[in-house]
Amino acid sequence: MTVETEQIVRSAEERSSDTEHDEGPSLIELDHIHKTYVMGDVNVHALRGVSLKVSPGEFVAIMGASGSGKSTMMNLIGCLDRPSKGRYVLDGVDVSSLSKDARADIRNRKVGFVFQGFNLLSRTSALENVELPMLYANVSSEDRHRIAREALHAVGLAGREANHPNQLSGGQQQRVAIARSLVNNPVLILADEPTGNLDSRTAVEVMDIFQRLNQESGITIVLVTHEHDIAEYAKRVVIFKDGKISKDYPVSVRRNAAEELKNLPVLVDDEDDEE
Amino acid sequence: MNFANIIRVAFRALARNKMRSALTMLGVIIGVAAVIAMVSIGQGAQASVAEQIASVGTNILFVRAGSQNMGGVRTGSDDSGMRSLNAEDLDAIRRDVPTVAMVSPGVMSRAQIVYGNQNWNTQIQGVGAQFPEIRKWLVQTGSFFTESDERSSARVCVIGQTVADILFPGGDPIGQTIRVRELTFRVVGVMAKRGQDQMGRDQDDVVFAPFSTVQKKLLAITHVQSAYVSAISPEATRTAEEQIADVLRARHKLAPNQDNDFTVRNMTDVAEAADETNRIMTMLLASIASVSLLVGGIGIMNIMLVSVTERTREIGIRMAIGARSSAVRTQFLIESIVLSLTGGIIGIGLGLGVSLLIPRMLGWPTLVSVASVVGSVVFSAAVGIFFGYYPARKAAALDPIDALRYE
Repeated sequence: MTVETEQIVRSAEERSSDTEHDEGPSLIELDHIHKTYVMGDVNVHALRGVSLKVSPGEFVAIMGASGSGKSTMMNLIGCLDRPSKGRYVLDGVDVSSLSKDARADIRNRKVGFVFQGFNLLSRTSALENVELPMLYANVSSEDRHRIAREALHAVGLAGREANHPNQLSGGQQQRVAIARSLVNNPVLILADEPTGNLDSRTAVEVMDIFQRLNQESGITIVLVTHEHDIAEYAKRVVIFKDGKISKDYPVSVRRNAAEELKNLPVLVDDEDDEE
Repeated sequence: MNFANIIRVAFRALARNKMRSALTMLGVIIGVAAVIAMVSIGQGAQASVAEQIASVGTNILFVRAGSQNMGGVRTGSDDSGMRSLNAEDLDAIRRDVPTVAMVSPGVMSRAQIVYGNQNWNTQIQGVGAQFPEIRKWLVQTGSFFTESDERSSARVCVIGQTVADILFPGGDPIGQTIRVRELTFRVVGVMAKRGQDQMGRDQDDVVFAPFSTVQKKLLAITHVQSAYVSAISPEATRTAEEQIADVLRARHKLAPNQDNDFTVRNMTDVAEAADETNRIMTMLLASIASVSLLVGGIGIMNIMLVSVTERTREIGIRMAIGARSSAVRTQFLIESIVLSLTGGIIGIGLGLGVSLLIPRMLGWPTLVSVASVVGSVVFSAAVGIFFGYYPARKAAALDPIDALRYE
């Protein structure tokens, strides 16, 4: 674990030097965002005037029951969708009215996605999966291989480059996904229920990676979850209810994944049992 | 995303589903192979006709008694129209038409020929001594009969290879005597093998005897059925054709409003007609084969549509991490072009193989043209673009949120 830590720190230093001169007051600035879906004859008002600011380096957990609008929020923050009304400024760029292609480029360069279901390409090696965002960013093939290798190394998957997703455990797959989210040096990592498909120990391991990335690289993380104990790894919790923010508070007693891992009994490590 | 990367991505996607890719290509492979093989059969036939025409000679005219079509009524052999030509007409042609080099009159009959205990029904042709020269058909053993045989109505004959093989299996026919009806003929030569003509008839199943002998002694007629005429050069053939018609019309005292009571045919015209038939045949074969190529293309579209649906999630992932719609569209379009083009190239190989095998297995001549190969490559690429565009557009139009949620 210590080797990994060093690597994460090292890549963190590279990244922070990139982002430090970005002196924008907020990384994410949502201003009276509305989102309405038309489903048949019914208009579904998923977001009803949400305003939210996230500063660089924050670690925000977005919570809420299903139907509260948190998934819609996540899609908007990730530039997968556009608001029906309101303004969204990401990293100094107003992205609320950008075209489909322009949003694809923003997602590619500025946002790293981590999903609940991992969303890796099947029958494709871990290395190729991690290279994917760089393929769309026109990174040269030598750089792609090098950066992808480094990223896999940083999440503790050195030696697993050639493995296909079905040859990796859930925790390993999610780490491949995290490596993939990092390779284009995004300003924001957007994690949608990243621990939802993982057992509790693996979940803590994944949260450990996120906490390190946040603390040591200063990378902003927005985490969508419905589990309170997972949200406690974040610095701030935003709770959605009926398309509005109902609560927004800092986490008073923050959990530390690294500390917890030390105390957790090392059970049968399923990752090494694979293959 | 640059083009090279998109191509790489497309190849990887196809490699992930090798069996499916191979089966999808099979349609195009068979289509292209069929087109190439069919066109090669057609063109082989055309080439062999052209070769036969060249061997017959392009300066040959064929004159026949009776017109091909007299006022819509075809004349039978008993009709006076068929007796419209006589030896004097041919002498006149030989004498009065300056562009004519040689004339060989012809009468023909079928008869049973007998040698020893063998007998055979074949064609007896009475021809002139210059016949081999006009038809560029050489005598293999012995010699052809001479002008004096012709004048004296000598009972000599030259037999074709087929007749020689049947009546004299393993023996030497030269000097032997065969019986045709009540007459006996001495065999003086055997013609070289000629093979089948354009209609598939055996040209070697024939007995040649002096024209006068067959006309007077065998058939007891006074008219001439036909004649082979050679012009002094291939260029002079058309002129000779017109001049022969003029001479015959004058001799037969035909009024300007009367149709010819004879037919002059130019071998070049015959060749062109045969060539035209073969060309139509080639087009017909090629268009039937093209249908299978079209079906192959539809197969590609089918699989690409399935593939787009099946890989909805993959498309969603690619879009989420920053693939533009155009990159997704190009990827799927290239996948279908790679399928069809690879299929096309394999199909060319298969088609060439079949084209080489057909002459050995079926005895048909084949000729592979560069145009059919290039055409197949272009056509299969076009099939890929045409049938790949719709699935590719469908993939590019997906919404990343819906695509990611797709199960």
